[in-house]
Amino acid sequence: MKLARLGDIVQKVRSKNAGPFWLTIDIFCGDSDVYDQVVNTLSTRQVAQVFDVATQEIKRFDIADLNVVKFSLPRPFIQGARMDRDIHGASWAALLAESELSP
Amino acid sequence: MVRVLVPSGALGLNYDAVALQRGIAAKPDIIAIDGGSTDSGPAYLGRGMSKYARSSTKVEWAGLMQARADAGCPLVIGTAGTCGADSAVDWMLDITREIAAEQGRPVKVAVLRSSQHPAEMAQAFTQGRVTPLPNAPDVDAALIESCSNIVALAGAEQITEALNTGADIIIAGRTTDTAIIAALPLQRGCHAGGAWHGAKIGECGALCATNPQSGVILIDFDAEGFTVTPLADGAKATPHTVSAHMLYENSDPFILHEPGGYLDVSKAKYQPLNDTSVRVTGSEWVPSERYTVKLEGARGAGFQTVTMALLRDERYVQNAQIWADDIVGKCSAKVVDRLHLKSDAFSIEIRLLGHSASFGMLETKQITPTEICAMGIVTAKSEGLSQEIAKLLNPYLLHHPLTQEEEVPTFAFLFSPPEMPRGEVFEFTLNHVLQLENPMDAFTLEVHEIG
Repeated sequence: MKLARLGDIVQKVRSKNAGPFWLTIDIFCGDSDVYDQVVNTLSTRQVAQVFDVATQEIKRFDIADLNVVKFSLPRPFIQGARMDRDIHGASWAALLAESELSP
Repeated sequence: MVRVLVPSGALGLNYDAVALQRGIAAKPDIIAIDGGSTDSGPAYLGRGMSKYARSSTKVEWAGLMQARADAGCPLVIGTAGTCGADSAVDWMLDITREIAAEQGRPVKVAVLRSSQHPAEMAQAFTQGRVTPLPNAPDVDAALIESCSNIVALAGAEQITEALNTGADIIIAGRTTDTAIIAALPLQRGCHAGGAWHGAKIGECGALCATNPQSGVILIDFDAEGFTVTPLADGAKATPHTVSAHMLYENSDPFILHEPGGYLDVSKAKYQPLNDTSVRVTGSEWVPSERYTVKLEGARGAGFQTVTMALLRDERYVQNAQIWADDIVGKCSAKVVDRLHLKSDAFSIEIRLLGHSASFGMLETKQITPTEICAMGIVTAKSEGLSQEIAKLLNPYLLHHPLTQEEEVPTFAFLFSPPEMPRGEVFEFTLNHVLQLENPMDAFTLEVHEIG
C-alpha cells in the first residue's frame, strides 16, 4: 500500500525563521479529522529524523482550536551562516510535506 | 481607549493608500510601523544598512509623514533601516530631513539609538551580564568584540521615553517588533496583556487578516483587551486569522518574551465583533524580576566569490555529486600547495542547483534532472584571496573528467569572467540577553527640530 504523504492530506505546511537560530514549521490541517490523523500518525521522532536533529530538541504544539500542529527546532544552520541554504527558512517545509505518514 | 494605526508590516512593503485614508479619518492616537527584522539575514546588521531601496522608503515614508500631519498624532518607526544600527538610523533621519524640507513642514524628531559598543558588550559578557538564550552559539569576549555591529532590542519603556519628548516623529533603532505598538496603550493604562498581544497581532499589518497584502489595520486597546480591524476593501479579520497569527515566526505560539516580562496568550478569547473586526480578551502579561534586553550581533565571516558551471551531459548529471566531491578534494589540496594556506583558512563548496542545493545531505528525492548548475562558493580571509582561489577552481569547473581515461569534457559557463565577487559576508553571533539596571542604560535619546 502506498502511504499518504503529509502534504497531500493537509491544507498547507509552511516553515519560517523564528529568529536567526530557530526554525518553526506550521502544519495547517484544515479540519479536525485530518488534525486527528496528523496528531496520531506524525511522531516528533519522525520530524527529528527528517531534519536530523535530536527528538528532545524539538518543541511540539498540538493546537486543536486551529487544527494546527506546530514544531519548532534549532535551525539546521544559523541563518545566513556559510553553510545555510535558506535565509528565510521557507523551503524546509517541503521536506516534511513530502514525508510519509505511518498507516 | 488608545487607537493605533499600522500602515504595513514593514516600511518598504508598500500600503493601500485608500485604506490609510480610512485610518486617518478614524483619528488614531499614533501611527506605528516596523522598519525591519533579522529575517533577511546577517548582512544588513553586519554592514549597518537597509534592505529596501531608498527611493521606495522615501515615497512610503513621505506618505506616512503626510498622514501624521493630517491625523495630528505621532508617527513611530521601529528597527529603522532593516537592522536598527546607528548608521541605518542616520540613513532614515537623512530621508526624513529631505521629506520635511520638501513638504515644507517643520517636525520634531526623537531618535532612539540602540547600537552597542562591542568592547563594552565584551566587558558585560565577562562580568556575567550577557547570558545565552536557548540554542545560542558559543561566544567569548574576543568574538563579541569582533562584531561589526551589535544592537539591543528596545522595548516599550524606551519607546515611552521617546514619546515623552513630545516628538512628532520617532525614529527608533532596533526595537522588538511589538514595542512600538504596545508602548502608548501601556503608558495610558490599557490592559498590559492586551497591549502586548494586540501589538504582536498587529506587527505584520494585515497578515492577521484576509487580503494580507493590503497592509493597513487599526487596533483599539482598552482596559480589558483589544479589537483589530483591517481597513482595506475585502480584508476581514476572523478569530481564525487573528489567532493563527500567533504562530507566525514564533517558536512558541502561546508565549512571547519581551523586555520586562512575557506575554501568555494561552487563555485568550477571540470573538468576531462583526464581519471584519475581532475582539480579543484574556491575554496575560507576566512581569519578570530582572529587566533584560535581547542583543543581536553580526561579524565578518570572510570574503566570498561565487562561480558556476552548467552540467548537461547525462552521465555528468547522473554523477554530479561524485564529480563535485572530487573537485572540492583536489582543488582544496591544490590551494594548500600553491598558496601555502592551512586547510581551515579557506573553504570551497560546490552546491548542485537542481539536485540537492536546498537540503544537502537531508535531500530525500533521488531523481536525475535534465541539467544541473554547479555553483562553486569560495570563502577566504580577503577579497583577493577568495578570487585567487576561485580562479584555481575555474579549470576544474571547466574541464574536470569523471575518470582519467576519458576525453577531457568541457562544461557550459554563463559569464566571462565567471568569478563573481560577493564582498564581505557576515554571520549572526549572539542569541543572548543583556541585563540592565535601568531600561535606558543601553539606549540614547536625542531630539532634532528639522525642516
